[in-house]
Amino acid sequence: MTHLHLAVDLTGSGAHPAAWRTLDPEQLRSAVATLAAHLDTSVRAGFDLALLDDSLTLAPAADHTVRGSLDAVLVASRLAPVSSGIGLVATVDTTHTEPFHVAKALQTLDHVSSGRGGWQVAWSTTPAGAAAFGRKDVQDEADAVDEAREVVGVVRDLWDSWEDDAEIRDAATSRFVDRDKLHYVDHVGERFTVKGPSITPRSPQGQLPVVVRVGSPESVGLAGRVADVVRIEARGVDRAAELVARVRTAAAEAGRDPQDVRVLVDLVVVLGADDGAARARRGLLDGLAGSAFAPATLLHVGDAASLVELVARWAPVVDGFTVRPASLRADLPLLADQVLPALRAVGLAADAYPVRTGSTLRDSLGLPRPASRYAAV
Amino acid sequence: MTTKPRKQIHLGVHFPGVNNTTVWTDPRSGSQIDFDSFEHLARRAEESKLDFFFLAEGLRLREHKGLIHDLDVVGRPDTLPVLAAVAAVTQHLGLAGTINTTFNEPWEIARQFASLDVLSGGRAAWNLVTSSDAFTGENFRRGGFLPYAERYERAAELVAVARELWDSWDDDAVSPDPVAGAYLRPGSVRRIDHVGKHFQVRGEFPTPRGPQGHPVLFQAGDSPDGRDFAAATADVIFSLHSSFDDGRTFYDDVQARLAAAGREPGSLKILPATTVVIGDTEAEAAELARHIRSQQVPGATAIAFLEQVWGRDLTSYDPEGPLPDVEPDFDGADITRGRARHFKDPRPVVAAWREQAAANGWSIRDLVIAVTSRGGFVGTPNHVADEIDRHVQEDASDGFILVPHLTPGGLDDVLDRVVPLLVERGSFRAEYSGPTLRDHLGLAHPDAVRRPAALAG
Repeated sequence: MTHLHLAVDLTGSGAHPAAWRTLDPEQLRSAVATLAAHLDTSVRAGFDLALLDDSLTLAPAADHTVRGSLDAVLVASRLAPVSSGIGLVATVDTTHTEPFHVAKALQTLDHVSSGRGGWQVAWSTTPAGAAAFGRKDVQDEADAVDEAREVVGVVRDLWDSWEDDAEIRDAATSRFVDRDKLHYVDHVGERFTVKGPSITPRSPQGQLPVVVRVGSPESVGLAGRVADVVRIEARGVDRAAELVARVRTAAAEAGRDPQDVRVLVDLVVVLGADDGAARARRGLLDGLAGSAFAPATLLHVGDAASLVELVARWAPVVDGFTVRPASLRADLPLLADQVLPALRAVGLAADAYPVRTGSTLRDSLGLPRPASRYAAV
Repeated sequence: MTTKPRKQIHLGVHFPGVNNTTVWTDPRSGSQIDFDSFEHLARRAEESKLDFFFLAEGLRLREHKGLIHDLDVVGRPDTLPVLAAVAAVTQHLGLAGTINTTFNEPWEIARQFASLDVLSGGRAAWNLVTSSDAFTGENFRRGGFLPYAERYERAAELVAVARELWDSWDDDAVSPDPVAGAYLRPGSVRRIDHVGKHFQVRGEFPTPRGPQGHPVLFQAGDSPDGRDFAAATADVIFSLHSSFDDGRTFYDDVQARLAAAGREPGSLKILPATTVVIGDTEAEAAELARHIRSQQVPGATAIAFLEQVWGRDLTSYDPEGPLPDVEPDFDGADITRGRARHFKDPRPVVAAWREQAAANGWSIRDLVIAVTSRGGFVGTPNHVADEIDRHVQEDASDGFILVPHLTPGGLDDVLDRVVPLLVERGSFRAEYSGPTLRDHLGLAHPDAVRRPAALAG
């Protein structure tokens, strides 16, 4: 049996909107140190990758959530030198950003992490996003997703615009690079043009894994075309199977091998020593929030053993899970100490670090390192 | 008896750039991309208690005669992610990076610098560089835009909006109240509504104010517009005037502009970039400096340099031979793209060089080595320390940005052998006095401007 791919979402204080309200305010103010500690726990757990969400706008006060965010690529880069093994996937917007900047920022994340970088593609359809930049009118989902497709395309071109062996350092001819191995991408699209090549040499993975969250019919098409990892939300296993099939069909329609796409279902967890303790934790968090937490995806409230059973039941349908701990502080240690070891014991999870084969995020995901699209065959 | 306190020197290290100052043919030359190289220089600089680490930016690979220029180091990582990673392996060192004001939008760049300042505990600095060229613009959504005259206008508006965004959060806005369910102190974040010539920016900024309030602002442009912009806006000038007399003149010029802008003396630090070559004797240092210059200007580089001035292909000439006898081609003046042009009218330059070469018996390569020399400090550690100290105490500068010729260890000897002498003289810190770059540079913390509650978002 092949093992599952397991991601963990380290956004905010956890998936539950009230998770931060159980924490010491001092811990919240030292957000960088707290996040670094969560990443350490995630490495200990042996997750393939950690996801860092991001937003260009501020959450409304009425949401009573964590408010305020740092640039996710910079956060991931800050964490890279003090972590190992785990993939660091940063969310970056495609609607309001510059594709050239996006390409080199992510390449640099890959360089400073020695091949552990990844990109969760985001797009913006909110009036607040458009007003913040003041460059464009608000775009609808179809238009923003189509622009995301164009941006990912040119970013992937830029990532390949230096062949791996472009740097030659040939003292005899005084040439540092072989300019025949640097390529203009010459992108001329409906929305923008980019000349290239990237300013940054090809990164350790060449192509960083691209993650797309499926939440609309349009995004299924995008996922099929450009994604290496697709996040779906499903409460039931039948719904998950249907979404997996749609993503694979979209990949096939885009001319790709459907098995090259890793489809991960979002799994929100509230863990406890036993089911009663877990339910009590959920009750406490819901009480603080003032409403029952009802994520649009699979929710497990219970002990570690029953979570392992649930994962095993879903395993034939999906390629893996994006685990979203309700509270990073409370649930991550239980995942690291109980759930992941149990999944490894039954062969559902990969070896822990540093035992596993390969050290890049592509290695962890079973994706071979591609040659540059511009390389002479 | 009282003595005037010694002026304190400020020192930064410049990561080697993508130009022919950086020698890549030397066997000790390491990667310009691997994080280990950045970490090496940053850690060594911090061990010597330097003020900051500096990283330049590239937005388009340089071209020469219509082809990518291949003789110098080519390619570099993105500025801000590298600085964020360096923040993880250092505790005090300031982290300064060039970010172009023409090809960035205020919301995003203000957010990135606030993020870097938070992630580094208050060590971020932004070197503002303007650009107007369509060549670089070809990599960006807006394409080749911005009339030359508007580049500082856009930069000034960009900085003004960025400051408004940084000031839209109070220093203590993040004060979570779990009981009330308020993550931010009510009223501590204000909506901004900017409508200007270059930007329309509206909304609530999503990123907390960094420990420094604003990152330290550097400015590097040398034109009168650039100097005025620095006097009005910057905390540090990245200057090219490193020789003593030139430095004194520039220092006075900037002080006058600073006073005209209504700012306090000392609120703008002037830091020329310079190279340093040391040896156990003056003769040894001079010989080493000659060797480095010859490594920096191999024959092909000398020919390419002349081609920029002549505006035509000169590859048929021997770099070890005499200067080309053909005349410059004026239509070919933009033969090199992606860097500043050296000379507007090549004729007097060519005439002067022919005279110099004839008088000294110089080859093409000898001439280029001579005319592209930027000086720098050469000598024993004692001599170099004396000179650096003299420049600062006599107001030719407030310190220097040290530019190595080798990646990553090109400044190791300067840090090991010159900086301790400056500490001994009482001109340079033995320990950091505070955690932020503003502390190192002695700059005030800008206050967030509180607005009437009625306007709070």
